[in-house]
Amino acid sequence: MLRTPGGYWDPVIWLLAFVVAILIVYIIRAFGRSDYKGGEQTKPFLSGMEVPNEDALHVKAGNIYWGFMRALEGYYDVLRRGHTGIINDYVAWFVGISAILFVVFLILGVI
Amino acid sequence: MSYVLLHAPALLIAIPLFAAFLTPIIDRFSKRARNIFVLAVLIIEEILMIIFAWDVFTNGIHIYTMGAPNPTSTVPLQSAVPVRIVLEVDGMSAFMGLISTTVSLAAGFYSIAFVRKETGQGRYYTLLLLMLVGMLGMEFTGDMFNLFVFFEILSIASAALVAYRSYYGDAVEGAFKYLIISSIAGPMVLFAVALLYGEYGVLNIAALAKAMNSTTLDMIALVLLISAFAMKCGAVPMHFWVPDSYTVAPASITAMLVVASQASLYALFRICFTLYGNTPYVATSGAILILFGLLSMFIGVTMAIPQKDIKRLMSYHAISQTGYMLLGVGAGLCLLGNPDFSTYGMAAMEGGIFHIFNHALYKGLLFLTAGAIFYKTKTRNLNEIRGLAHSMKFTTIFFLIGAFSIAGLPPFNGFASKLLIYESVYHVNPILSIIAMLVSILTLASFMKVFHSAFMGPAMKDVEKGEVPKSMLFGMIVLTAGIILFSVAPGWVVNHIVHPAAQSLANQSAYIQAVMGD
Amino acid sequence: MIHNIPYLAAVALAIIGLYAVLFKRNLIKIAIGISILESGVNLFLITLGYRENAVAPIYTNLPEGTSIPEGMTLPVPQALTLTSIVIGVAVLALILSFAVKIYQHYGTLDSREVRGLRK
Repeated sequence: MLRTPGGYWDPVIWLLAFVVAILIVYIIRAFGRSDYKGGEQTKPFLSGMEVPNEDALHVKAGNIYWGFMRALEGYYDVLRRGHTGIINDYVAWFVGISAILFVVFLILGVI
Repeated sequence: MSYVLLHAPALLIAIPLFAAFLTPIIDRFSKRARNIFVLAVLIIEEILMIIFAWDVFTNGIHIYTMGAPNPTSTVPLQSAVPVRIVLEVDGMSAFMGLISTTVSLAAGFYSIAFVRKETGQGRYYTLLLLMLVGMLGMEFTGDMFNLFVFFEILSIASAALVAYRSYYGDAVEGAFKYLIISSIAGPMVLFAVALLYGEYGVLNIAALAKAMNSTTLDMIALVLLISAFAMKCGAVPMHFWVPDSYTVAPASITAMLVVASQASLYALFRICFTLYGNTPYVATSGAILILFGLLSMFIGVTMAIPQKDIKRLMSYHAISQTGYMLLGVGAGLCLLGNPDFSTYGMAAMEGGIFHIFNHALYKGLLFLTAGAIFYKTKTRNLNEIRGLAHSMKFTTIFFLIGAFSIAGLPPFNGFASKLLIYESVYHVNPILSIIAMLVSILTLASFMKVFHSAFMGPAMKDVEKGEVPKSMLFGMIVLTAGIILFSVAPGWVVNHIVHPAAQSLANQSAYIQAVMGD
Repeated sequence: MIHNIPYLAAVALAIIGLYAVLFKRNLIKIAIGISILESGVNLFLITLGYRENAVAPIYTNLPEGTSIPEGMTLPVPQALTLTSIVIGVAVLALILSFAVKIYQHYGTLDSREVRGLRK
């Protein structure tokens, strides 16, 4: 059992609770019919659109979070312009941060 | 046994060093003998490290003076300062050494099948053992110039391994960038060491800490050391080399590169806590580490979400998780002189340090699964793969364990260390805790994206069915066993492994006293 | 002030090397900049060991009247500098071999072109 400043965390108790929850789920599932195999209700439903065949059905990785990317476009623009890939810029950031740290230490040491 | 424990710091560095130079000779005769030799060396290292770490955690600091008639005597009769290279292994060093040997063992097992079809395998294993030497050397040393030498050994061996697949253009480009960054950080560290030597005349960390006078030259040395080591760990905004080099290295080497960056993180902590522990710069350095941590967490995870290359996505997550470690230990550093330290500061440091081990385990596992995907489908682009869960069942399970762990979901070990960080950093400033939780959610989001695109969906047609070779699975099992062990017993791990490490990091006087007498 | 000129010269050399790494586009020039930076730091390190009117720290055939150890220069920075020079040679060899390979793959040595990895 791990003691944190706010309380404690015990994964064994969590796992026991998880097992109990799974048991309850299984018992509820056992109340259903065991002979139902499928049919119209288990096919994918895309709001009445025609479902494409299985090769085109899978959403590609670049398209999954398009809403998130569109909403944060300004932020990602700045970030993408920073990540140039040029080695000279990488070293320039190092020199810049060293200079800023030096000024910070100088000022905070004088205060 | 006591003889082995007495000489263990030197043995742990010397065994892989000599094995690294024997490997090309054995490689001449038979490939199978070379594989067995390398695996035997890594297993011996792991066993020796576990025994030695147990002794350090229970019995305190171990000193080893290289080349002295008695290994535990540091200061010769005629002088007042230590004159030889002293290896000083305290709780934190033993902790980092455990991480290095465990991940090297997993990477070694994984590499047996992963690089079987490449050329130049003898050199690959030589450089792998040299990377282990560099990591252990950086973690065990008590001498500033020795730190620089092992730092350079580690960076040269890692750069050569990043460029291992030299028939890909981007592999050599990533290695070039990695080596330029290391070549800027190395001379800056050497310059800082030269400044400290010119002022005080000693190179030993304990002797320097005792003689430290907090002049302006010391501040210049501190700034150079912090920025050089922060650049080598991948702290934002000097993190640009991390995605470039982690993506193109072979997957087992990427897992080792994660631990190599953590060795630089250890050097940063050693300097801030032990070398400059008695100076007035402690609170400022703590604040700077917290700032680096915050930036790394947020920018790392937001850059990870739009990536299409699976290893590039995971390397941005490596930057983000390094931010957690910097945040936790930086909060502990800030509170070092405070009376609050014994409640919140120590818990923050334990959270950050526990996170180092957890991160090495689950990040290594995730990179190894990404390598398994690359081995099967010959591509790292997430847009082109789908439905791998149908045939690669074990890899899917390992990926899920790693993904839930990195996102900080109960009951895994990621949740335990993140809980420690959230609860203790809250008392420094509530905003830090909120940003940390937000970053966790975004981490879960991006790994669900990877899981959906790589493993869910209908199976691909032109990929051969079946699981990856057994040695790769065995490498992943080593790390998964570590994750499950840490998930089920976090209290035991924190009390017996992490707490001695955090305690020894905060206890500067014990470190000095072990070398200098008193 | 005049005793500090060697240190200032070493730091100036390091700054020239850093300028070459920051502003030159050719990968070979970046490698030259790294080499100059390391030379500057090594020069700084070896200058730390100098003592006025002192001899080399060797005990055989000492000139008459040299006091031990005040009349000798420090031997430790000499050892440190030798180690650092050797490390610099190894790093430079690796950087140049990477530059050769990059030229084979990309056809150019311009650091603005050699950036296949983005975003």
